[in-house]
Amino acid sequence: MIYLDNSATTKPFPEVIDSFVTVATKYFGNPSSLHELGRKAERLLIQSREQVAALLDVKPNEIIFTSGGTEANNFAIKGVAFQYRQRGNHIITTAIEHPSVAEPCRQLEELGFEVTYLPVNENGVIDVEELARALRNDTILVSVMHVNNEVGSIQPIEQIGRLLQQYPKTFFHVDHVQGIGKVPLDLKKAHVDLCTMSAHKFHGLRGAGILYVRNGIRLSPLLAGGGQELQLRSGTENVAAIVAMTKALRMSLEAYERQSSRLLAIKEQWLNELKNIADIHINTPLDHSAPHIINFSLNGLKSEVFVHELAKQQIFVSTTSACSSKKRAPSKTLVAMGVEQKQAESSIRISLSYENTLEEIPVAIRAIKAAIKKLQEVTR
Amino acid sequence: MQYDRILIRYGEMSTKGKNRNRFVVRLKRNIQKKLKAFPNIKIEYMRDRMYILLNGEPHEEIMEQLKTVFGIQSFSLAMKCENDIEKIKATALAAVQQFSYEGKTFKVSAKRIDKQFPIGSNDLNYEIGSHILRNTKNLTVNVHEPDIHVRVEVRKDGTYVTCHDIPGAGGLPVGTSGKAMLMLSGGIDSPVAGYLAMKRGLEIEAVHFFSPPFTSERAKQKVIDLVKKLTKFGGKIKLHIVPFTNIQQTIHRQVPDGYSLISSRRMMLKITDLLRKKYNGLAIVTGESLGQVASQTLESMFVINDVTTTPILRPLVSMDKTEIIEMARKIDTHDISILPYEDCCTIFTPSAPKTRPKREKVVHYESFIDLEPLIEEAVANTETIVIDEEFAAEDEFEQLF
Repeated sequence: MIYLDNSATTKPFPEVIDSFVTVATKYFGNPSSLHELGRKAERLLIQSREQVAALLDVKPNEIIFTSGGTEANNFAIKGVAFQYRQRGNHIITTAIEHPSVAEPCRQLEELGFEVTYLPVNENGVIDVEELARALRNDTILVSVMHVNNEVGSIQPIEQIGRLLQQYPKTFFHVDHVQGIGKVPLDLKKAHVDLCTMSAHKFHGLRGAGILYVRNGIRLSPLLAGGGQELQLRSGTENVAAIVAMTKALRMSLEAYERQSSRLLAIKEQWLNELKNIADIHINTPLDHSAPHIINFSLNGLKSEVFVHELAKQQIFVSTTSACSSKKRAPSKTLVAMGVEQKQAESSIRISLSYENTLEEIPVAIRAIKAAIKKLQEVTR
Repeated sequence: MQYDRILIRYGEMSTKGKNRNRFVVRLKRNIQKKLKAFPNIKIEYMRDRMYILLNGEPHEEIMEQLKTVFGIQSFSLAMKCENDIEKIKATALAAVQQFSYEGKTFKVSAKRIDKQFPIGSNDLNYEIGSHILRNTKNLTVNVHEPDIHVRVEVRKDGTYVTCHDIPGAGGLPVGTSGKAMLMLSGGIDSPVAGYLAMKRGLEIEAVHFFSPPFTSERAKQKVIDLVKKLTKFGGKIKLHIVPFTNIQQTIHRQVPDGYSLISSRRMMLKITDLLRKKYNGLAIVTGESLGQVASQTLESMFVINDVTTTPILRPLVSMDKTEIIEMARKIDTHDISILPYEDCCTIFTPSAPKTRPKREKVVHYESFIDLEPLIEEAVANTETIVIDEEFAAEDEFEQLF
């Protein structure tokens, strides 16, 4: 099997699954229970929070565990919107956000908020000066993703953070789901106020995510109830998944330290090979993009059929992002980058992790060439 | 040119006469322990100054750690150069340029400690100040309230330039004043008392009374967490956990309700005093604040204190609750202290404890019971845990993370 769909989800590390199983069997108590089993579960939760905070170089009480990236994004955006409505009702985001940012923004528009969607250039990057022009006195939130999930473009988060320093009434949320463990982001240096991460994108399990909430920011809770997670996110804590995520985060950041250059080399090799195939057009910006995402178009061939063709050889890739692939719409990010409709409809995404190897490339390239040839025959 | 060292100014101990060396050596040792995560640093000390040579280690993190070390009055990032006027001028300019100085004000204060140096302080101020002015844009002089205070000290071994003083934790180096036992209940006050005791240079060992099954493992965990917070200021701290159930139950059965609380307190103090003797301490520290609760009226203190002649230090005695809470927040123990678990002080509390107990009466009530063997047993069964900043109670969790 050659798994090239790591931006959809990653394969959990075996050590991470071990932790999950141990916690789920041995320490299944409710952290709020007073007895010994509850106390141990609570310890695990405290230790997780401390370790995640240390890994991200923030304070433990700035870490809120959620059910995943979608909840964290919803919580950050709606939490700020509802808490600070008196202050203003303008939100700025980009045209290429993940649906878990774009849809909450759309919902807020229905509730009377105004949302500005910043366009991107042909490299899939916003213009910070344009953001500066869009900022208003009543702007309460700027939400910008770090690494785009469809093409891997990287937004100038530090530059935006510096700009927003001059706007103390505007909070800065970053969707870091695709970036964590792959493209470093110093939350303090970039003056980020809220930051989303999701366990299953860094070899953890589904059902756990992280929202960093800088001290001093209040959020209106999405989930009201028993007051878990520092009174911000009610619901019995998913201790096993949280402990597993904590380990996955440590291991992923260690993998970055050891292997980031190897990952980059693999991506370069992929790009070199793909560029030589006549019917392929690379959409991912060649300079300054994430080391693990490559998006290309098949010159009008049906990308869905292509995915199935490769899957027959146990090679797994995606059409655009997994979350949008069922909608049969062209890639939103590619359209925003100004890629032609025909190209945008036939796009394929390869997404890597530290588990991928150089040796896979010739095998996969051969399969890709064969698939293209086969599809061309059928289409003609 | 980069900042390559941190200059540390001593607190009160610079006045400690012949004992000074002992204080300085202890401070150096405390700093060394605190900074053990930075193996490349080198600490140099002199009579009135200490320098941490960074050797490439990150100064931001080191300075953050230094803020919790007692015995430091203030510290600054510093650059060193030879005693040569051109080099001094260049170094002072480089020191200023490390900051985003545009639109700000500055002043130069030069001190010529090495009188062999040919240029006097006033001339130095002028020379350095004008050199900085000539080579920067948008930086002006303000001798009264400067944003950047460039301090230049010409010493025998070289010239030191600093631009920004950061206040230290003050006090005396932990360990220079001897050892005391801290009675730690788990409430808001006792950790603050421990913090203040350490600030005056005391090394502390904590004593906690544990009454299973009436108090839970969670109450014990809470005390461990509190001690862990205190280790940030005091390095390793021993925590003695005294099993107290038998004594408490005996008192509850035999001593009338109004006096049971006072009697329990007397026994706690007695046991703490025995532990003090065993571990060579010279005092007992408590979080008592005069008049705060029934056992802390002057009459109660008198009757409780009656069991020992060991000095009892009460750093909070004249503080208001609000002041104590504020300090607990500052040292990050408050949120742990307010967790609602039963502890040795909250169970068995009579509905109406005496606020003006009489010594004769409590002695009389206690004369009917033989508590000595119970006290000996409690001391013998005391569990001792050594806690440091990395302490994790649950070894079984190690593999999980």
